[in-house]
Amino acid sequence: MRAIVFDIKRYAVHDGPGIRTSIFFKGCPLRCVWCHNPESYKAGIESICRSNRMGNVDVADETEIGKTYSLGELISEIENDQLFFDESGGGVTFSGGEPLMHIDFLEAILKACKEREIHTALDTTAYAPKDKIDRIINHVDLFLFDLKHMIDKDHISHTGVSNKSILENLKYLADKGREIIIRFPMIPDFNDSEENINLMLDFLNQLPKKPAFHILPYHRTGQDKFRRFGIENSMPDIPSMKEEDTEWVQNLFRESGYKVNVGG
Amino acid sequence: MNNRIKHLREQSLNAINCISPERALLMTEFYKSDEAQMVSTPVKRALSFKHFFANKKICINPNELIVGERGPAPKACPTYPEICIHSLGDLQILNEREKVSFKVDEETFKIYEESIIPFWTGKTNRDKLIGNMTPEWLNAYEAGIFTEFQEQRAPGHTVLGKKMFQRGFLDVKQDIVKAIETLDFLNDNEAYDKQEELKAMAIVCDGIIHFAERHADELENLAKAESNSERKVELEEMAKVCRRVPAHAPETMHEALQHYWFIHLGVISELNPWDSFNPGRLDQHLLPFYEKEVKTGKLAEESMYELLHAFWIKFNNHPAPPKMGVTAKESNTYTDFCLINVGGLKEDGSDAVNEMSYVILNVIEEMRLLQPSSMVQLSKKNPDRFIKRALRIVKTGFGQPSIFNTDAVIQEMLRQGKSIEDARNGGCSGCVETGAFGTENYSLSGYFNLAKILEVTMNNGVDPRKGKQIGLQTGELSSFNSYEELFAAWQKQVQHFANIKLRGNNVIERLYATYLPVPFLSVLVDDCISKGRDYNAGGARYNTSYVQGVGLGSLSDMLASIKYNVFDKEKVSLDDLKKAMDANFNGYDQLRSDLIYKTPKYGNDDDYADDLAIDIFETFYEAVNGRPTAKGGVFRINMLPTTCHVYFGNIMAATPDGRLAEMPLSEGISPYQGADTKGPTAVVKSAAKIDHLRTGGTLLNQKFSPQFMEDEAGITQVMNLVRSYFRMDGHHIQFNVVNADTLRDAQKNPESYKDLIVRVAGYSDYFNDLGEDLQNEIIRRNEHTEF
Repeated sequence: MRAIVFDIKRYAVHDGPGIRTSIFFKGCPLRCVWCHNPESYKAGIESICRSNRMGNVDVADETEIGKTYSLGELISEIENDQLFFDESGGGVTFSGGEPLMHIDFLEAILKACKEREIHTALDTTAYAPKDKIDRIINHVDLFLFDLKHMIDKDHISHTGVSNKSILENLKYLADKGREIIIRFPMIPDFNDSEENINLMLDFLNQLPKKPAFHILPYHRTGQDKFRRFGIENSMPDIPSMKEEDTEWVQNLFRESGYKVNVGG
Repeated sequence: MNNRIKHLREQSLNAINCISPERALLMTEFYKSDEAQMVSTPVKRALSFKHFFANKKICINPNELIVGERGPAPKACPTYPEICIHSLGDLQILNEREKVSFKVDEETFKIYEESIIPFWTGKTNRDKLIGNMTPEWLNAYEAGIFTEFQEQRAPGHTVLGKKMFQRGFLDVKQDIVKAIETLDFLNDNEAYDKQEELKAMAIVCDGIIHFAERHADELENLAKAESNSERKVELEEMAKVCRRVPAHAPETMHEALQHYWFIHLGVISELNPWDSFNPGRLDQHLLPFYEKEVKTGKLAEESMYELLHAFWIKFNNHPAPPKMGVTAKESNTYTDFCLINVGGLKEDGSDAVNEMSYVILNVIEEMRLLQPSSMVQLSKKNPDRFIKRALRIVKTGFGQPSIFNTDAVIQEMLRQGKSIEDARNGGCSGCVETGAFGTENYSLSGYFNLAKILEVTMNNGVDPRKGKQIGLQTGELSSFNSYEELFAAWQKQVQHFANIKLRGNNVIERLYATYLPVPFLSVLVDDCISKGRDYNAGGARYNTSYVQGVGLGSLSDMLASIKYNVFDKEKVSLDDLKKAMDANFNGYDQLRSDLIYKTPKYGNDDDYADDLAIDIFETFYEAVNGRPTAKGGVFRINMLPTTCHVYFGNIMAATPDGRLAEMPLSEGISPYQGADTKGPTAVVKSAAKIDHLRTGGTLLNQKFSPQFMEDEAGITQVMNLVRSYFRMDGHHIQFNVVNADTLRDAQKNPESYKDLIVRVAGYSDYFNDLGEDLQNEIIRRNEHTEF
């Protein structure tokens, strides 16, 4: 069993508690227009040309996005930093792309992590049938749950998929008492309307326990990647969102009793 | 800081570094005297010390609280003609050079021309030293295989222990008198030598007390003439302090600081010992005074800070004495490597962090001075509050304090045979050197260019730069059929050059013991008095001579490149690789790109390259560690470069890792600049693979962009990174928190960045004072920016 991973980021300090290693699986069912990892869209390994700079000289070089890992290989990458996890209360975060697309591999590696006393977080769009969630629910210590839009029509138009199963899965995880951090990518003119924010608050208020609420203000990093990797880009060329533009949302959620954080 | 301190600090920052002929003249005068011809060498040195302090100009700057200057004014730097002489040409260069200049006025030129140079030519220690070296030594030295620390500066590399914060010179003089009385002239064939050494020690005690008395006299005179009543009282109080210390043990915070300062001046005037001198565990030494005075309300907290600030400024007034010779590229800086230690463990093994530790951290943050430099000792027993406080200072980006692993440092010393109490009372000084404070002579002897030795090996023992055979003939390049054969040849060359270096050291140590004893330093360091033996002759309780390996990261990458590209993957033959190197990779862009981007590199937690770092380390360790020194001590290794990695790279051609000719090598045990691409956990894991506990210090430099410590969470994770590295026995880590754009701008507009201090390598320096190549290197050092 192998999975394609497009990046392994060590000393990741914004993807859950402590010092973490974030594993980015390749392949995603969503096509969020603001995506900052568009190279993760496709599931297969892709070849690109890049240039290696040495002073004023550039040397063209063929390189691949994505590398396949066996379970053993990936576990050993994760174990490299176990000491840092222990010291900091950190662990591993599976991200992507969408890790649930690799459900067999994901289930196996989550189990392997738990056997090794490694804290696990899953950064997910939760766009998946419930039976997939059931397979991993007991091996994930923390869900980093991406919540993008409450109005289905807008969700479909900007991500390509419906939010129906996403919201069902959120309620399901909350009902099961799982630890959840909501990650809200705040994108200008897409999901930052008062209407959407209030709908989100109403939905979260109905959950048995209030999850933590993290706002990720829109960042332009994706723009350059679309260009670099030659991927069609429908995101308008707008500046990154400033932290102060998120203040009203922060205040609204804080007043409603949520633990709010900006920037993950 | 209050207005007075602001003013004193400005004064110190604006003072112009210059050469003062005062000391050289007084030494010449004394050495010419009849008295000097009649006495033993230790007594002669002691009398010269006394002569200097009896006649030098007393300098009391307006509004000062702590008094005493090495020269006639702040930043007026003496020369030490007993060690080496500055020619008129040298003085010209010092006067005119753009970086780290020292102004020389007409009068001074004249004095050197007429008095100093004629008298000392042919009589300096450097003349003796060079004259005693073998042709092999001179060849290797000129090729840049190693440097020699004691060539222009005396051995020092030591730090004051707690003894002198509890005793005065009248007290230690009694010990000396007692030691003389117990000499056994009938059974001890060294009794006469010991008597002369002890007599010398007694003389310097008188000398330093007299120097303080002269300050007291001057302060009383100033008080009489002072019209401002507040200052008048202050001057009278300062005079009283100088009447009491350093003759007697200090009883107040003010006395303790003034006491140390006189001691400091004594050490740095007696000779020009390396790494200035250092009060060491200052928070431990000052705690009793804090408890006695500040806690009881006798001394206002404000006044305590004012005294400490004034104390800090005194260090900044004293630049490192400049080198002679046109090519003095190694370690060119005003910094004199005085490293104040905060935190760590007490003698009984308990957490030593106290209120004074936090006070000193406040002082460091507020003063933001180049000197003194500072570090925190971090033990697993120290609270998180302590390291977080230190990191919040690190975050402000002037390179201080650096962070040391107390638990590892103690284990290093225990392995070297020190008692657990002496080990716990120790720490690190200079850049990263481990030592038992107050009881050890732990001298650095020179940098050792591990990478250059590969170049020599690849040229069958010839230094390609000069075309001279300096090493063994270990075989033509084409004769190596495996990586292992090439590595074995390198190992033979390392052994060869280590032998040359150690032989030289043992001669040089005897030269200092014989001709330049240091009775004043000997009074301060145990057990020189009870042994009746000079610090330079093995009088200290422990004697360690270090050789500092340079280029670990670079050499690992060079070897990894050969192993990977030539032998494992067979991408290029050894001969073709050599051709590309000889062409400085001109016309070999594709190959060079592969060497840089597609070859395993040290610093990425990749065993392929890291295992080679271990092999290099073990080879160097075997060649040096445990061999006897002429002081009755032991040679050991540490891994630090100061700025020597720039010089060592400068004398090398292009290398198998894709590095171009003359570019700097990696520094300390840090990865080569830009070679680490897996983030800081991978860097510290690679760095922890060598056995730090068998060294006397390693240096790891990690550059962070400021965003990394922006918030509390960031500070916490950096703390966890440090604690993790220390769990793996890492010795030291320091953070350069500054972004590359700032540095580039500073390079273009130096005038706007006069106060920009950066971490160089084991010390901080003004960015503007660094040479352009070193500036570029700091800019290039990999920035681990967050996504």
